[in-house]
Amino acid sequence: MKIIGTSRPRVDCVAKVTGAARYADDLVLPRMLHGRILRSPHAHARIRGIDLGPARAMPGVYAAIVGEDLPVAYGILPWTEDEYPLAIGRALYIGDGVAAVAAVDERTAIAACAAIVVDYEPLKAVLTPQDALAHPEIKVNEHAKDGNVSKKVDLAFGEVDANLARADVVVEGDYHFASSTHAAIEPHCVVADCDARGQLTVWSSTQVPHYLHRALASVLGLPEDRIRVIQPTVGGAFGGKSEPFDLEFCAAKLAMLTGRPVKIRYTREEVFYAHRGRHPMQMHFKTGATSEGKLLAVDSSILIDGGAHSSFGLVTTYYSGQLLGAPYALPAYRFHSTRVFTNKPACGPKRGHGSVQPRFAIECQLDEIAERLGMDPIELRRRNALGADSTTINGQHIGSNGFLRCLEEVERASGWKDKFKKLPRGRGVGVAGSTYISGTAYPIYPNEMPQSAVIVKLDRSGQVLVTSGVSEIGQGVETMLAYVAVEELGCELSAVRVITGDTTLCPVDLGAYSSRVTFMAGTAAIEACRAMRARLVDAAVTSLECAPEDVELADGRAFDRKHPERGLTFREVTRLAETLSGTLVTSGGYRTRKVGGEYRGGSIGASPAYSFTAHIAEVSVDERSGLVQVEHLWVAHDCGRALHPINVMGQMEGSAYMGFGEAIMESHAFHDDGLHKGPNLLDYKLPTSLDVPELHALIVEADEPGGPYGAKEVGEGPLHPSIPAIANAIHDAVGIRLRALPFSPERVRDALRAQGGR
Amino acid sequence: MKRLCTLTINGEARTLAVEDTDTLVEVLREQLGLTGTKVGCDEGDCGACTVLIDGKPTLSCLTLVGAVEGRAIVTIEGVAEQGKLHPLQQAFDEHGAAQCGFCTPGMILSAKALLDENAHPSDDEIKHALSGNLCRCTGYGRIVEAVGIAAKRLTVVR
Repeated sequence: MKIIGTSRPRVDCVAKVTGAARYADDLVLPRMLHGRILRSPHAHARIRGIDLGPARAMPGVYAAIVGEDLPVAYGILPWTEDEYPLAIGRALYIGDGVAAVAAVDERTAIAACAAIVVDYEPLKAVLTPQDALAHPEIKVNEHAKDGNVSKKVDLAFGEVDANLARADVVVEGDYHFASSTHAAIEPHCVVADCDARGQLTVWSSTQVPHYLHRALASVLGLPEDRIRVIQPTVGGAFGGKSEPFDLEFCAAKLAMLTGRPVKIRYTREEVFYAHRGRHPMQMHFKTGATSEGKLLAVDSSILIDGGAHSSFGLVTTYYSGQLLGAPYALPAYRFHSTRVFTNKPACGPKRGHGSVQPRFAIECQLDEIAERLGMDPIELRRRNALGADSTTINGQHIGSNGFLRCLEEVERASGWKDKFKKLPRGRGVGVAGSTYISGTAYPIYPNEMPQSAVIVKLDRSGQVLVTSGVSEIGQGVETMLAYVAVEELGCELSAVRVITGDTTLCPVDLGAYSSRVTFMAGTAAIEACRAMRARLVDAAVTSLECAPEDVELADGRAFDRKHPERGLTFREVTRLAETLSGTLVTSGGYRTRKVGGEYRGGSIGASPAYSFTAHIAEVSVDERSGLVQVEHLWVAHDCGRALHPINVMGQMEGSAYMGFGEAIMESHAFHDDGLHKGPNLLDYKLPTSLDVPELHALIVEADEPGGPYGAKEVGEGPLHPSIPAIANAIHDAVGIRLRALPFSPERVRDALRAQGGR
Repeated sequence: MKRLCTLTINGEARTLAVEDTDTLVEVLREQLGLTGTKVGCDEGDCGACTVLIDGKPTLSCLTLVGAVEGRAIVTIEGVAEQGKLHPLQQAFDEHGAAQCGFCTPGMILSAKALLDENAHPSDDEIKHALSGNLCRCTGYGRIVEAVGIAAKRLTVVR
């Protein structure tokens, strides 16, 4: 390998450390207006009328719109298009957009919003899933087919009841996973411009330019061929920018109406209303095992609070059970999951979409089973490990599998054997494992086209251009693509330019979600680069007079492997190739082979490859205050092959940190009237540099035959075990089982009191 | 009412027409095009808008422009000298301390203020100095490491 496996500085990093990187809010266009969205102060209200007159009459106000101006429903999944850019008829949650303005500057836009008169008739709101199910007559989302039910999934695999009946040990409990949000440091922002030919360009802080492109066409009634979506540098996303948002449609519409560019940037408060974060789940779990610790069955039922719209909720509901099997050989399980609409901002996909919550429940139950059997919880996990080249009971094919090595790594690095059950009271360690997908096998709108594509262009300058519709959201995809070019073409890293996230310049990729990017775009890039390599080799042999198999492309040269001194510079070989075979453009694409179970929902959780993770947390618990300090998180992750180890460790650490935040302090919660308890970064507590544990990233490489150079995912898997590992460590420290998030001082104190006044 | 105001930014005096209610970050970004200073919350919680005022890390979203007339303002654009990256920038680049990059300018300026005062900070001192700058990508470990590496390089240079 030439560059794969090394950690060169990222191609996008100098721009970021110098402040030169251009994010959406940094863009300024001539004659640009500033837009603003007026939002509902009611959790549920009929809109009797909206008077835009006072706003329109203000100097400096160019346009104002309401829901009826954008009457086409959209939604990220084609089966659940159930939201509008601005409310039509009813506002569905506090923060729901009801009108939008474009003005000469931001302050005028704010004043114009304040001048709009909305006649609301407050309606009864339903704010908990129980309430929403009990009151189907208070219908939150008019598109729901059955009261306030957003989606119901009932799936069972294997002999669940029989296996539970013969289990030697059964643990049962209720778990409550609170909501959390992405809180990317960059608020969502968009600039839209419609030129005199009627061609619309939208620069947006999105992680799915292609899906945004489609949604803009549908909602605005424009042909797709007249829209260009450009994704500038994005300041973090984590799933929070993976569907279209109101500001993109509003800015585009206002730009079309005024003939001037329009920018809209969310305030931090609006980011909390846009949300699409982790779904609160109330989970009942029952798990049975033999006296040898072999898992027999899991029976679960899960109530999911969806908020006012579907978002990815149909898929979330499946994910609440579909990834439960691995990393263990689970012979039977069942899940009943119901997602419910409530009058709150919609939940959606946050890093580890839908599977983080049940992973918390199952890993805590494994710990209880180990305790009941007097078995080391690592040993219990080892005994149940599903091997490589296996199939889960719900039909997911596992290729490479480094789970056992992950367990070994964290066990060794943490000094587990000297710590588990051996630390003084108040200190403890806990373990948890997980698995995750490397992309979904199917696109979110059914089609047979490639899911990812890369075009490589070379010319006589010696510069290599790699373009792909993928989204760089900080995870390092541009560096990954440049690495592939260097690895295959032998050019210098500095000769590679990467352009991503532009629906006009780049071939289609579906976006940065479901940990699909390295696997799919990486594979497409290898195909494109190998086709280009063949053309360079064909050219090189004419000059080097050697056999094609003897041509080596490396270190910015093409040379004869047998006589390395005989060679051409990279620029010379590109000139030769362009001379001999014409314009140097090649492409590559990725299509998933058919995977997954043959049943309704069997495609969800079906992935070309699965990553594996194990964590050990070490905590101290102050019994007087209830404060939990997570001191260490050892994170071992099987990413297949680490293409860029520092980037891989960065994803592992960032994931573990995010899980830690959810476990200990984050809470996206609402008052009884539907008002968010703290839509700002002071009340919504994010871990600071003083809060985080020492994060120890331990890379495990179990090469995946179908992955690019053997790589699998790393962006989301390593979040999952953080939460149960911490819960299990708290149990080791003070003997309490926490079943609700976050593990706040109050919860810890309550549990300690219930334990017996210690 | 706009009035003229002279600000010294990255060593350069600039005279601008401002409102007394303009915040420093608005003036930097919108009037001067210094968009390296980021707005993450606009209410003093995230630290993305951190700049140096007379060497002290300061939230430019909470700073009225009138309060900094005549004082030395340093933004991220003023950290590299003659196109050469500052050791902090180099260390962030080489050690994976920036992912999405949105917190990075503020983070680097908070770190610079620390290193300008304390050439040999401990990891704890670094964590304290950066505790007002939220990062959502890295988990902070690589940032703390990069600041430590930059401190060592700066000591060698000195």
